Amino acid sequence: MNALPKTIVSETVVSATGLGLTFQTADGPVDALTGVDLDVRKGDFVSFIGPSGCGKTTFLRVIADLEKPTAGRITVNGMSPAEARRNRAYGYVFQAAGLYPWRTIEKNIALPLEIMGYSKEDRQARIERTLDLVNLSGFGRKYPWQLSGGMQQRASIARALAFDADLLLMDEPFGALDEIVRDHLNEQLLKLWAATRKTICFVTHSIPEAVYLSTKIVVMSPRPGRVSDVIVSTLPAERPLGIRETPEFLAIAQRVREGLRAGHSYEEHA
Amino acid sequence: MRQQSFVKDRLLPIGAVLVAITVLWYVFAVVLNAPFERDTAARAGTQIGFMEILPKTLAQERPVLPAPHQVVAELWDTTVNKAVTSKRSLVYHAWITLSATLLGFAMGAILGILLAVGIVHNRAMDRSLMPWVIASQTIPILAIAPMIIVVLNAVGISGLMPKALISAYLSFFPVVVGMVKGLRSPEQGQLDLMHTYNASAAQTFRKLRWPASMPYLFTSLKVAVAISLVGAIVGELPTGAVAGLGARLLAGSYYGQTVQIWAALFMAAGVAALLVVIVGIAHTLVLRRMGARA
Repeated sequence: MNALPKTIVSETVVSATGLGLTFQTADGPVDALTGVDLDVRKGDFVSFIGPSGCGKTTFLRVIADLEKPTAGRITVNGMSPAEARRNRAYGYVFQAAGLYPWRTIEKNIALPLEIMGYSKEDRQARIERTLDLVNLSGFGRKYPWQLSGGMQQRASIARALAFDADLLLMDEPFGALDEIVRDHLNEQLLKLWAATRKTICFVTHSIPEAVYLSTKIVVMSPRPGRVSDVIVSTLPAERPLGIRETPEFLAIAQRVREGLRAGHSYEEHA
Repeated sequence: MRQQSFVKDRLLPIGAVLVAITVLWYVFAVVLNAPFERDTAARAGTQIGFMEILPKTLAQERPVLPAPHQVVAELWDTTVNKAVTSKRSLVYHAWITLSATLLGFAMGAILGILLAVGIVHNRAMDRSLMPWVIASQTIPILAIAPMIIVVLNAVGISGLMPKALISAYLSFFPVVVGMVKGLRSPEQGQLDLMHTYNASAAQTFRKLRWPASMPYLFTSLKVAVAISLVGAIVGELPTGAVAGLGARLLAGSYYGQTVQIWAALFMAAGVAALLVVIVGIAHTLVLRRMGARA
């Protein structure tokens, strides 16, 4: 087991050591992840950024027990990912909102609650609370097609928040949305994170998005997929959208950009 | 979007085709029935002109091709003018066939759904069953129907049940194929989502696969209900059944009653259309309840 003191162990939500995942494809093995050492602490907002094929989504899927690692160790809440999944440790937000078209918004949010066996009154209370958290109060009776793309994605975040998972895994949730909507949702997500104190792992393609949202930025690079830099943000917790023009913000963005560029030449971190 | 207009979008195109078919039909009726009139005239040793032949070709008792109005008159006579309990009533015969159709359709649909559920959830069933399902439809139903009826008769089952079984034999197929596709229609992302909730296979089925398959189910049911009727009619042919639309067709062909054959054919087509429309309405109602765009 881990040699760290117990207090710190309980603070660590995700802990990966030497994590690797090799897909066997028709063209031979593909190293999606190699030698990933990473800790995500409780309350962190960690962004994973990198070009396609760097393994950022794969890493998220390993945490969620949607993929099995082929090397190294990973724990989620001190358990194996499979156990964590069975304990409903996390909520997962996919790139596509993936709301069921035959269910209203509130029924969509009720879906995980029905599966997990929450009582009817409890379900109703949670639906109202989470709809309020994502600013969709009053839209519960609408069908997904009656909502815009941004609203649908908020509804899918509400669905992931409805049950008591302290960890939120978000795989490019705003990737398909236009920049204005994305800015707005980023701001709302920070508020939501501050209000709920959840731990968030967030996959993105966008440097400004990663820097704006995160307390920790994990820069990844492809072939083989690996971590090339981990940047701890020095930005304050309070972040108005205007913070993106400050020198401090731009300095972090510059370091992320350099990390992305360096990742293409050679390995910096073993 | 433009408002749908019943007259412009439905009545006009369908009506135009109907008029064209009727005109063509009359032309063929005259052409095909004329030789008989010429032969009759020749036997009587008289010459006959086209203008004299024309009305006669449309009023023969046993024409090669009866004219539309003769078929309509026969339909009217055997539905409205006869008591529905009479053996001469087409409604009576239609009901006999319809009852076998509905029973066969119900059995076929349930069997089809159960097989599809098995195939989707069980690898072994997927591998072993699907080829047999497809093979079952390569056997001509006309060849297998008499054997089913003879075998069942030997074990004391006759009447409605053998016909319903033939009907089910035909109708389960589109349901299996449609439902396998429907139950597999959820994308990987939606299945992943269920996996993150640690949902059981039963929960995934009830909350995701089953609702996602509804459009596929109703599309297959429309095909299934129409061929259920074909199955029931085919089931009536080999026994020389005394009642049912199949029996009417067979009796008509024995005695050269072409008008009766055509009337029975139209009745069968009408029943089939009615059944498909009913399934279509059910389809619309269910999808509307599931929040489909109006």
